[in-house]
Amino acid sequence: MIRIDRERCLHCGGCVGLCPVDALTLYGERLEVSEACTECGICVRFCPVEALEVPQ
Amino acid sequence: MNVDVLVVGAGPAGSIAAMEFARRGYDTLVVEKKQEIGPPKRCAEGVSQNGLDTVGLDVDMDVHHRIEGASLYAPSGKRVDMTGGDMFGYVLERKVFEKQLASQAINAGASCLVDTQALDMHRSNGRWAVRLRGLEGEREVHARLVIGADGVESKVGRWAGFQSVNRLTDYHSGIQYEMANVNVDPGHIHLFFGTRVAPLGYAWIFPKRFSANVGLGVLERNAEMSAHGYLRRFIDSNPDIFAGASPIEINAGGVPVNHFTEMVGDGVMLVGDAAQLVNPIHGGGIIRAMHSSQIAAEIAEPALANDDLSRERLGGYVRRWNELYEEKTAKLLKLRAFLEKLEDKDFELLADILEGEDIFELSQARISFFIKKMLKRPSLLGLAKKYLTD
Repeated sequence: MIRIDRERCLHCGGCVGLCPVDALTLYGERLEVSEACTECGICVRFCPVEALEVPQ
Repeated sequence: MNVDVLVVGAGPAGSIAAMEFARRGYDTLVVEKKQEIGPPKRCAEGVSQNGLDTVGLDVDMDVHHRIEGASLYAPSGKRVDMTGGDMFGYVLERKVFEKQLASQAINAGASCLVDTQALDMHRSNGRWAVRLRGLEGEREVHARLVIGADGVESKVGRWAGFQSVNRLTDYHSGIQYEMANVNVDPGHIHLFFGTRVAPLGYAWIFPKRFSANVGLGVLERNAEMSAHGYLRRFIDSNPDIFAGASPIEINAGGVPVNHFTEMVGDGVMLVGDAAQLVNPIHGGGIIRAMHSSQIAAEIAEPALANDDLSRERLGGYVRRWNELYEEKTAKLLKLRAFLEKLEDKDFELLADILEGEDIFELSQARISFFIKKMLKRPSLLGLAKKYLTD
């Protein structure tokens, strides 16, 4: 699963609309990632503030 | 709980939809997942006077900031000004604007829930059963019609089975500071172009009453760093504008700059950003969002009255939308493809040869315009090729 840096995330939800497997959801102002995540990295490439990363 | 219409999301699209259905006498519920309608914005807040006229809205000039023109900057700083009636507009205070729209929906008879999230939905006896979670726990609402006004992160589209997922090649990564003490002409919006400024996008300064939205959008394909990195560099490299300025707010967001998703299914319609209804050149979406909701309600009214909410029946919304916007959007997409081919020297050349009114021609994607200019300046041939070939 991708890692979310909660200090950086501005909960804009921009990544949610890109996820090809619907693994991301913004609950109120908290971004959550589900087990469906394939670590494809699309959300990481989008994030305007580098709050997402694929774990090494 | 049963309703005629459930609207998911209380941004401009959702509140206009809720108001339109409520005033036609339909039992309408709008749910917003945030605890407050409005902030945080994901938007530069600009709307044109023409756009406001299209949707029939007035704005309060004591709250929102009047704009009378635009200044476009090439990478060297060379400037082209655009003025005149078509440039009139406002930079809104969306915190106020969105609460006003939601209040108008409630005054028209809609109910509204905040801090309430739609979790999923499924078909049940010809209705949508939508599971909601809020402070009072979970409940299921059965709706004859669901309006997906849930923005770029739309789940309604996915639940309805649409191919609504955005593509990185058609989606800007956006970042913005709202800053105080920004030194620009407050009567203009300011747009900055260049491959170092914002690759395949642009940077903007939109003045407000006491502050200014300072942001940019980039397309990931050509970006060497995050959008935030570009914004820091833009601010640092323009000390004449930002020497005494500081942020009072930070915003981020994704901007769909192409439209390909389906917009209707049995008992469901998408509006606004959820349906990728954004101007593909400047990324503005507020007017299109509100207009799409007005059209959706106009089409859905007889469908509700005749109790036929089939995909075919609701498809009138897509047809009407295409009548109004398809041709224009196709031209703008062509212009977007052209702009994405420009190098910094092309922006300089454009700044040299273009007068304000020429940019209107360019934005209409009129080929004759380039041919005319080309005859006067042979050096434009290379640029014209970029414009004419896809």
